[in-house]
Amino acid sequence: MTIFNFFKPTRSAPVARDRLQILLQHERVSAGASDLIAKLREEILGVIARHVDIPADKVQVKMQRGDAVSTLEVEIELPNPVRRRAEAAA
Amino acid sequence: MSQVLVVTSGKGGVGKTTSTAAIGAALALSGQRVAVVDFDVGLRNLDLVMGAERRVVYDLINVVQGEAKLQQALIRDKRLETLYVLPASQTRDKDALTEEGVTRVMEELRGHFDWVVCDSPAGIERGAMLAMRHADVAIVVTNPEVSSVRDSDRIIGMLDSKTLKAEKGEYMEKHLLLTRYDAARAERGQMLKVDDVLEILSIPLLGIIPESEAVLNASNVGCPVTLVDTDSAPARAYLDAARRLEGENIPMVVPSERRGFMSKLFGRRAA
Repeated sequence: MTIFNFFKPTRSAPVARDRLQILLQHERVSAGASDLIAKLREEILGVIARHVDIPADKVQVKMQRGDAVSTLEVEIELPNPVRRRAEAAA
Repeated sequence: MSQVLVVTSGKGGVGKTTSTAAIGAALALSGQRVAVVDFDVGLRNLDLVMGAERRVVYDLINVVQGEAKLQQALIRDKRLETLYVLPASQTRDKDALTEEGVTRVMEELRGHFDWVVCDSPAGIERGAMLAMRHADVAIVVTNPEVSSVRDSDRIIGMLDSKTLKAEKGEYMEKHLLLTRYDAARAERGQMLKVDDVLEILSIPLLGIIPESEAVLNASNVGCPVTLVDTDSAPARAYLDAARRLEGENIPMVVPSERRGFMSKLFGRRAA
């Protein structure tokens, strides 16, 4: 701390702006992705449930973000024995 | 045509209730019929800021649940005869607000008023979602400060996805209201500038409300700042903002206090 600091106030606003820009760029992508995952999960569950009795929590959808490509992992656990829905069997 | 306006922010304490009262009153000053509606169930304050706290008999939840008629719950402002307050409940929990009930009340309000201004609670929970659900226009209240800007960004995302308008694929009109702005500190690089916030949030600017004593003075006496201290810098900024909402094209300025020579010399306080 020198006497010169008194005459030169800290310019913290540019730091705030840069931090926000980096953070929000990241957060906007992940918020969009979580919406996408929820939608995919809901629709995948809907398709399977038309044919097979399946509890809603047995469909897991995960997204892994990479630099070049992202991967979507869908894990569906079917209860044994597989019970086909009546209308699907008919 | 009736317009439903939500005043929202995500973060608490940035000036949603103050802005709801000030803009609601400003719109009513031009003779339009305005209802300001408090959605902050359990923590109501719009009644207090509007100076109507001792006249609350029924509230939004009573009307939503069909225990009172809308006309019984609406409190007419003592200063402006086209301005009404619909208070939130102080005692019941937020789950008492049902989606169907709110839809019915909002439809009824649209039938009686030119503007229905909904004061959202802070956060992103049920009350905040219901406050924005029926909106045609949104005001995002933001302070030039990192946590407020971040939360506003989140709320903008929700306005674009969780409102009825968004779900119908229509464009949700959003405006930024920058509050507690200190032009001198921004100029010294100690506070985010208007342009910084606009660049980050990228929604159109409705107004810049300067940090001012007049805002606290107004809430102390229970009167919107646009009615009690009409010549103060924040009042002029809110009055301009309301006119922009009505579609007028008014040049954007950062209003400053009109101070006399002596007060400029001696009245300066430490920041």
